[in-house]
Amino acid sequence: MTALCDRTGHDLAAALRAGEVSAAEILAATTARIEAVDARVGAFLTRTGDLAARQAATVDARLAAGEAAALPAVAGIPLALKDVLTTRGVRTTAGSRILEPYVPPYDCTAWERLAAAGSVLVGKTNCDEFAMGSSNENSAYAPVRNPWNLDTVPGGSSGGSAAAVAAGEAVWALGTDTGGSVRQPAALCGVVGLKPTYGLVSRYGLIAFASSLDHVGTFTRDVRDAATLLSAIAGHDPRDATSLPEPAGDYVRGLEDGVRGLRVGVVEEWLSMEGIQPGVRDAVSAALDRLEGLGASVVPVRLPHADYALSAYYLIAPAECSSNLARYDGVRYGARAAGAADVVEMNARTRGAGFGDEVKRRIMLGTYALSAGYYDAYYGQAQKVRTLVIRDFEAAFGQVDVIASPTSPTTAFRLGERTGDPLAMYLSDIFTIPANLAGVPGISIPCGLADGLPVGFQLMGRLRDEATVLRAARALEDAIGFAARPPLVAGLPA
Amino acid sequence: MTPTIDVDHVARLARLVLTDEERERFGRQLALILEHADRVREVAAADVPPTSHPIPRANVLRADEPGPSLSHEDALANAPEAEAGMFRVPPITEREEEG
Repeated sequence: MTALCDRTGHDLAAALRAGEVSAAEILAATTARIEAVDARVGAFLTRTGDLAARQAATVDARLAAGEAAALPAVAGIPLALKDVLTTRGVRTTAGSRILEPYVPPYDCTAWERLAAAGSVLVGKTNCDEFAMGSSNENSAYAPVRNPWNLDTVPGGSSGGSAAAVAAGEAVWALGTDTGGSVRQPAALCGVVGLKPTYGLVSRYGLIAFASSLDHVGTFTRDVRDAATLLSAIAGHDPRDATSLPEPAGDYVRGLEDGVRGLRVGVVEEWLSMEGIQPGVRDAVSAALDRLEGLGASVVPVRLPHADYALSAYYLIAPAECSSNLARYDGVRYGARAAGAADVVEMNARTRGAGFGDEVKRRIMLGTYALSAGYYDAYYGQAQKVRTLVIRDFEAAFGQVDVIASPTSPTTAFRLGERTGDPLAMYLSDIFTIPANLAGVPGISIPCGLADGLPVGFQLMGRLRDEATVLRAARALEDAIGFAARPPLVAGLPA
Repeated sequence: MTPTIDVDHVARLARLVLTDEERERFGRQLALILEHADRVREVAAADVPPTSHPIPRANVLRADEPGPSLSHEDALANAPEAEAGMFRVPPITEREEEG
């Protein structure tokens, strides 16, 4: 029998309504799992057990009062939040020393909506500092380990959220995705990761890294849960000026409609690329065959400028980061270096001591790319490449309904393997970055194992067309029937 | 050609105090990253407009309705130093040499 904390959100929601289980019992199972494994996994930076107990009790009281029918789909389900999402009264560090003492005075919109719907917060998850990284090794606190193999990374930057869901330490979680930071760790940890259309989920309370690329996304055990969680957090928010104006849809509707007649595009250069792990290529090819077997047509498409997307991204994201992170000046919040003679020295010493290597590298790179004499050559030029990438997607989506690819070129790599070589690390996100530049939705679902580690399959869709992406992912997930469990969890009693 | 980057100048612009070891290492790593990023210059033509946002929106306004906002107390709660209802910082103006 599957432990409560390893079940899906929709399954638990049904069990809650049927009176088979209480929110307190689901929380107890999840807490027990955290206590059993988190010393080894390191998914959490802050745990919120008291808050979770109060929220679970509220849900149980509503059930006892006969309000089951009025209960939102997310009520009573244990959730983890990446520590770049602000939570009122709960420390939020962004994985950085500079925010070590920070207790936000406000909730991010995504959590505000979930809390109002009865969601149960079990903790804030570890991540790369300010969401900059692909392995979680840039956390200022501790690395996260992949539940599938504790010597490997969970991916990043939302590594703690991905590992928590994979290990049963939360039923689902939110992360953020600026260049693949939801989809890549989801792939490496064998869970479902969804990055919706830019602006569909409010960025209010998302500690900013690169505002034109930052997205809130979901980690879940299956596609139905992704649709459910997205439905709870999506929709216009007047506090985010880039929030899409339309109200959220019901993303669960139509989920089971299948892929007959769907046109699936494949970027063939990506599958034959040097550096792609053979086991990843095999699992992705097998999944494409399954889509054809389900009645979809798989056709080649071209994204001619995708090759340049990584280069453009590593100018645009650092440029925006250098501007956004200027706010950490030791004045209004966060740490402050002591003993400076004047305010400028205080700023520079605070930042020098408070930021880690990768954050400093990106601030420097962005400052350089925006500085006088280089702006047109680097930042301006990268913005033009961004236009070309968007045009590529528009042309491709004239021919196909979704574009499929591996989520990441490799499975989880070993801790320390890429930390000395920033460029090798950046290549982890080569297939996920184009969707951030274009703002289109993307999902990663597990499509098999290669040498015992999960492989992620990515589907990207048209702007605002989450429905098609989710429907295709759901059909493929059903056909694949991925049921493998991390060895860490498989040995535990139910 | 590997681009060179004046690390001290950029660190000053970015208000970052770096150690000697960081200066050396970042200089080397940033040159390599820039060499890769330099590829953006191979493609984009003069007639391509730049994109700053994936879904451009202009003149986003909300109704001008007064409502509760962050309290004074909340706004100062995270300050490294506060005094008399204000953020306290080291001197901003240059001081005369003493003595």
